[in-house]
Amino acid sequence: MRTFKLLAATAFATALTVSSAFALTVGFSQIGSESGWRAAETSVTKLEAQKRGIDLKFADAQQKQENQIKAVRSFIAQGVDAILIAPVVATGWDAVLKEAKEANIPVILLDRQIDAPDSLYLTAVTSDQVHEGKVAGDWLVKTVGDKPCNIVELQGTTGSSPAINRKKGFEEAIAGHDNLKIVRSQTGDFTRTKGKEVAESFLKAENGGKNICALYAHNDDMAVGAIQAIKEAGLTPGKDILVVSIDAVPDIFQAFIAGEANATVELTPNMAGPAFDVLDAYLKDKKEPAKWIQTESKLFTPADDPQKVYDEKKGLGY
Amino acid sequence: MMAIPTIVRERTPQLVVLAVILALNAIISPGFFSIEIQNGRLYGSLIDVLNRGAPVTLLAIGMTLVIATKGIDLSVGAVMAIVGAVAASLITSGYSLPATLAGALFVGLACGIWNGALVALLDIQPIIATLILMVAGRGIAQLITEGVILTFNDKPELIFVGSGSFLNLPMPVIIWIVLAILAILVVRRSALGLLIEAIGVNRRASTLSGVNSRVILLAVYAVSGLCAAVAGVIAAADIKGADANNAGLWLEMDAILAVVIGGTSLLGGRFSLIGSLMGAMIIQSLNTGILLAGFPPEFNLIIKAAIILIILIVQSPASQTAMANFRANRQTMAIKTESREHAAR
Repeated sequence: MRTFKLLAATAFATALTVSSAFALTVGFSQIGSESGWRAAETSVTKLEAQKRGIDLKFADAQQKQENQIKAVRSFIAQGVDAILIAPVVATGWDAVLKEAKEANIPVILLDRQIDAPDSLYLTAVTSDQVHEGKVAGDWLVKTVGDKPCNIVELQGTTGSSPAINRKKGFEEAIAGHDNLKIVRSQTGDFTRTKGKEVAESFLKAENGGKNICALYAHNDDMAVGAIQAIKEAGLTPGKDILVVSIDAVPDIFQAFIAGEANATVELTPNMAGPAFDVLDAYLKDKKEPAKWIQTESKLFTPADDPQKVYDEKKGLGY
Repeated sequence: MMAIPTIVRERTPQLVVLAVILALNAIISPGFFSIEIQNGRLYGSLIDVLNRGAPVTLLAIGMTLVIATKGIDLSVGAVMAIVGAVAASLITSGYSLPATLAGALFVGLACGIWNGALVALLDIQPIIATLILMVAGRGIAQLITEGVILTFNDKPELIFVGSGSFLNLPMPVIIWIVLAILAILVVRRSALGLLIEAIGVNRRASTLSGVNSRVILLAVYAVSGLCAAVAGVIAAADIKGADANNAGLWLEMDAILAVVIGGTSLLGGRFSLIGSLMGAMIIQSLNTGILLAGFPPEFNLIIKAAIILIILIVQSPASQTAMANFRANRQTMAIKTESREHAAR
């Protein structure tokens, strides 16, 4: 028994030496795989780690905070160089983050913010949802010009933060342009089915869609549903009704190729790239990064070679 | 007085409610009843109600039979998600439409038989027995789709089931009407409906009097699974993809509500398929009306709940008794006045 333990210990030590051959060991506690975007984030994080020669220890929390806390504690016990957390909820992180701080392990938050003193983590890498809405709105303002334009809006799940923020950003962008007006706004619950059903009612209520010049959807899935509804109403999406949405999932690029959608704002799944960059700078030169790193909200239109983007994104597990 | 057919007289509350809601919709959106032909199919808000109501209507057919046996089937929404996932993965891996449909319906039937076996053979209470598949079902569906929305944009034959049209009517409408007529004929032109009601009233008594209650129970859950399968295929075909997270989400609740609004008691026994279909149409008219009204989305659920509360209050035994009393009182009053007039003369 004793020899076995000894053997195990030696094996463990060897494993440690092997892993220290890599530049860095980083633990990543992911929420789970509830959406295509989340799956893409996981695969991009793994790719980015591989690119930099980082040994990534991955833990899937299956939507449970307790699993995430367990994972972080085990990362601390393993003595990793840094920890990435995509936090499933905003509260309840103080204790475990203090443990990481005492062990001198920097923690970087991905994709979501938390309610904890910002001294407990190195930085947070997230997108700015208000900005996403604003980019979409700016595109529409520029595209429409001085022509009058009635907009219908498909909101996300009522009360969810992306729905509130993406609405706010869009409204800020079109404010001051009196020719642009949101005539109808209703929730499509971020799903294709509801997006299609609500779009059908928009079309009926606005003179068969003849009064509508543009459709703004808080995510691509609802836009995809709405595109089908517009087609079934005998109109041409992308021409008769402009379609702009957010997320940049692969299927919207197929709509670009078919000429049925006009613009999307990317919610990049690459949160780990910027995180690894600041981590590198911090570990090498002790350079404290800002407490919030905003990812780029890139605008895509059919002019951006949709086939190529589609092929790139398709493999990421969306 | 003209003789009103029994079927209409029995369903008067539902007819009145449906008429009132449709009338309200027409006030909110003046073009509500206008129907035109667009791309070779009928097009209009009324058609939307029939079309969007298809999943709940189909679920309500199976749910009515299950509820008539004093049971309940909570798993139908999850079965829709499983079947949608199966259909999408079969068609994308190159199977023909008949093979895909057969596979999808078979999976739905299997889910129903699973529920039925738990209830009929193991005597597990229906709410728990079907809760198992309700919880597990979405997980199974996600395993099949591997967590993504499995799309089949290039398979027009399956898409046709969801958004094609036949005789100018959208396919989902045709499917639910045909299935509903079939179900009504089967249960009402044979003794089956009576046997189902007998089990709902008293399972032991009906078993003792020679009804094979196990087989019938198994069969009603199987039918419910099959109905959910058809609804699942339609929902997936409608959006050209299987969305394991959201397909049929909370629809089991709408289906139960449709049955209750339709006048079938959750305590089992007497049931009315026509009533349930009207219940489903009432719910969908309400949904479509709320969307057309253009209120802020925060009000959607509150408005829906308030109207359904009113419907249920009007249908409640207490208010029915009150109405009957009121009517009886008025009659006696009338008779009294008449006799007094007689006396005065």
